[in-house]
Amino acid sequence: MEKKKLNASGLKGWLYLLPTLLFLGVFMVYPLIDVFIYSFEEGYNSASQTYLGVGGYNYSYVLHDPYFLQAVKNTFLLVVITVPLSTGIALLISVGLHGIRPLRELFQTIYFLPYVTNTLAVGLVFMILFKKTAYSDGLINLLINWFGGNSVDFIDGPYWAKMFVLCFYTIWVVMPFKILILTSALSSVNQEYYQAARVDGTSKFRIFMRITLPMISPMIFYLVVTGFIGAFKAYSDVVALFGTDLNAAQMNTIVGYVYDMLYGDSGGYPSYASAAAIILFAIVLTVTCINLLVSKKKVSY
Amino acid sequence: MENKTDYQKIERNTKLQKRIGSVITYVCLSIWGIMVLFPFYWMILTSVKSYGAYNSEHVPRFFTLSPTLQNYADAFTTVSLGNYLLNTTVFTVITTFLMLFVTTFAAFAFARLDFKGKNIAFLCFLSLMMIPNELVIITNFVTVTNLDMRNSFPGLILPSVTSVFYIYLLKENFEQIPDSLYFAAKVDGTSDLKYLFKVMVPISRPTLITITILKVIECWNSYVWPRLITDDANYFLVSNGIQEIRENGFGRENIPAMMAAVVVISVPLVVLFLLFRRKVMEGVSRGGTKG
Amino acid sequence: MVVIMEVVLQHLTKSFPSRDRKDHGDVIAVNDFNLTIPDGKLIGLLGPSGCGKSTTLNLISGLLKPTSGRILFGEDDVTNLPPENRGIGLVFQNYALYPHLTVKQNILFPLENLKGKDKLTKSQMLDKAVLSAKLVQIEELMERRPRELSGGQQQRVAIARALVKTPRVLLLDEPLSNLDARLRLQTREEIRRIQRETGVTTVFVTHDQEEAMSISDLIVVMKEGVVQQIGKPQEVYDSPANLFVAKFLGTPPINLFEGQVKGGRLLIGGEAVLDLGKIPDQKVYAGVRPEGFALHEEGGFSCTLDRVEVMGRDISVVSANQASLNPLVRAIIGTENKIDTGRYREGSRVRFHLIPHKVYLFNWETEERIYFGER
Repeated sequence: MEKKKLNASGLKGWLYLLPTLLFLGVFMVYPLIDVFIYSFEEGYNSASQTYLGVGGYNYSYVLHDPYFLQAVKNTFLLVVITVPLSTGIALLISVGLHGIRPLRELFQTIYFLPYVTNTLAVGLVFMILFKKTAYSDGLINLLINWFGGNSVDFIDGPYWAKMFVLCFYTIWVVMPFKILILTSALSSVNQEYYQAARVDGTSKFRIFMRITLPMISPMIFYLVVTGFIGAFKAYSDVVALFGTDLNAAQMNTIVGYVYDMLYGDSGGYPSYASAAAIILFAIVLTVTCINLLVSKKKVSY
Repeated sequence: MENKTDYQKIERNTKLQKRIGSVITYVCLSIWGIMVLFPFYWMILTSVKSYGAYNSEHVPRFFTLSPTLQNYADAFTTVSLGNYLLNTTVFTVITTFLMLFVTTFAAFAFARLDFKGKNIAFLCFLSLMMIPNELVIITNFVTVTNLDMRNSFPGLILPSVTSVFYIYLLKENFEQIPDSLYFAAKVDGTSDLKYLFKVMVPISRPTLITITILKVIECWNSYVWPRLITDDANYFLVSNGIQEIRENGFGRENIPAMMAAVVVISVPLVVLFLLFRRKVMEGVSRGGTKG
Repeated sequence: MVVIMEVVLQHLTKSFPSRDRKDHGDVIAVNDFNLTIPDGKLIGLLGPSGCGKSTTLNLISGLLKPTSGRILFGEDDVTNLPPENRGIGLVFQNYALYPHLTVKQNILFPLENLKGKDKLTKSQMLDKAVLSAKLVQIEELMERRPRELSGGQQQRVAIARALVKTPRVLLLDEPLSNLDARLRLQTREEIRRIQRETGVTTVFVTHDQEEAMSISDLIVVMKEGVVQQIGKPQEVYDSPANLFVAKFLGTPPINLFEGQVKGGRLLIGGEAVLDLGKIPDQKVYAGVRPEGFALHEEGGFSCTLDRVEVMGRDISVVSANQASLNPLVRAIIGTENKIDTGRYREGSRVRFHLIPHKVYLFNWETEERIYFGER
């Protein structure tokens, strides 16, 4: 009797899990295995679904592809610039938000808006703001002219200008999440610590450095880690600004390279795409591990 | 006597410092506020400028005296914006609904039921959380292509249904419901399924709302998968639609109409956010990331 | 340098805007508080939760600003001074030790804030920290983190941190409430000892009357923002100013009866129990401390026995009386006179004499004390 019941409930458990297992199996576990196989199949032909042999050629091809190297360079620049900048600015803004009472909710609501907007749609607005066309230099150039500078085409112009717009837009997009996390981290710090510090005559700056920062350091670290991962996977904001032909614009990212290899003007090479995706995964994994090691030493408690 | 004036000075200084500090804070916060709001203002402003007026502005103007809704009409007639919106709505609703269904069952199994291999299954499950989408999307693309599901709703929806993280979130929530409720229901002869929908689901409503909101945002803004899997404009979602408009547009570069389309696409989520502001922000801080 | 560090609170009032939107009136947390705390004494602010005692403490510390009234530290008017300029040490209820700093770093923290002419060298700071740690006997815990300490040890660290700057006034907010019963007894003696050794004027807040009674030089009983009585613990216990104070102090609590004064005598349940002298006839609350009963065969006060509890040093006679405002009357009888407990059975009559100075009368309406006899 008892045995039967146990059996029944055992089956039942798997039954409840069945839909999830099906979805995950087909669209996650199988592809995960498959991507490694693809990446080692040389000369795969997607029309006939045949391949010539097994080996590391796909990796070597990707690593020698100038487009890929350009994409890696772009991605690293983006990561190195936007992660520290956005985290730092978000921290300043959150501290400011935390220090005020009136209008705080209004500011919080406004700051969150970019999170719920479509990256591609708003990217288009940024493009128009920065773009220089035949008949108009665009709003940003107008501002630059006001301050006595010369117009720059940020969308089709020099590399640094394009990189600047991309970083600017990326920061604009990732800010809401960081501000949200940091303000809630700040408000979860026990008020008594601040009172105790005030009674001891601690200066504002010292309170921030010695109490606030250490107390919210786990959250800052969390933001840095997720920020790195997110920035390494940058793609749709780049498309929003520079269109789908990213290789021509010299603004491709690693993820963009993967998709272009898969499907696009240079598409039809799932093997190369797989190799590039695995290289990306390896990079992200390495960086995250380094982050974890550093944090063990730095995050205070 | 001297002591007293000293104290008054200290008092005045602290007050002054406080005031200056708060003025600086408000100025800085306002600057970022303007940076955030300005693109929205600009897109609305441009969307009500007429095509002719916009193109004759060599120096962009910060306001317009003759607003027009013509661009909105163009956005719906010249390009199939209505169709994109409809597609996105269908995609969002079905995906979210399926996700809720699948997630609820899985979370219930992990949280409430005992079965052989549960712990190992859950462990495998957790490790899947670390797998980036970019790795699996390649095979999914091939799979869906081979199944001849390109340019179809099943092809769009099915790979987007499951999210390991939401199952994890809901499972944690389910586990907080005391065992005694379950046993009480068992004693009354309630079936597991009935218990799930009559007791656990209502109790966990806040979490279910949270993951629904997160999924809706995710679906509405999804770009990569739809871009790979659709090349027939009849199946475009808004993100692809906007990209299509940008590249092939209105036959000519019609920026005001483009901005009208951008406004239309952005409005639903902004309204949703303003209505459920607290819920959305709470949900995102519990489990959202972007990018 | 001998500084007389008297703390004076004059007409101190603090009101908060009401949170209830319908009611626009303010909530008055502290109302017209007057108190002079003599130099070097230990003062207990005592009252039930919500009585304004913590608000009073925060007013003294400067974390809150009074709505009206003045605060003087010796000669200095500190009413509008921010907390850091008042020279106070504050120990929080939850200690507020910085979790990411070691005990030593926690104690050093206030010293590192000193600027200008008060600035200390590293070794001076360390000396002071060690001195302070020795005072509270935690010098061997200096390298630990707060979470590695027991509640009692955390409390000591918090006190050491508050004392390291040699404050003019030490303030303690519910210092014992987070400790278990055994530690509480030990720690309150410890606080007493530290206060004696340093001689710092100390104010502490508590809701536990036993705690306040046992270590304070002076206790202040508060209710709903208003001071009820100020005095030495024994004085307040022996001579409560009103019904609230009488009820609030003492374990076991005071026995209350509905009584009548008639012709100079106190009647409880119709029985004449005590001669009062010249007092007008009226209805009263009659309060009798548990130790105010003496068993006596011809006593004027009779009850129906419920049970006798023998507790070694003395015994409790628990009985019922129809005029009692508590469910049962508890009388504590010393065992110096041999008492045959076997004689008393449930339901039998017991008779008591009342000891006059353990009986207090309060006006039925105002609940103020009515004095009688040879005072």
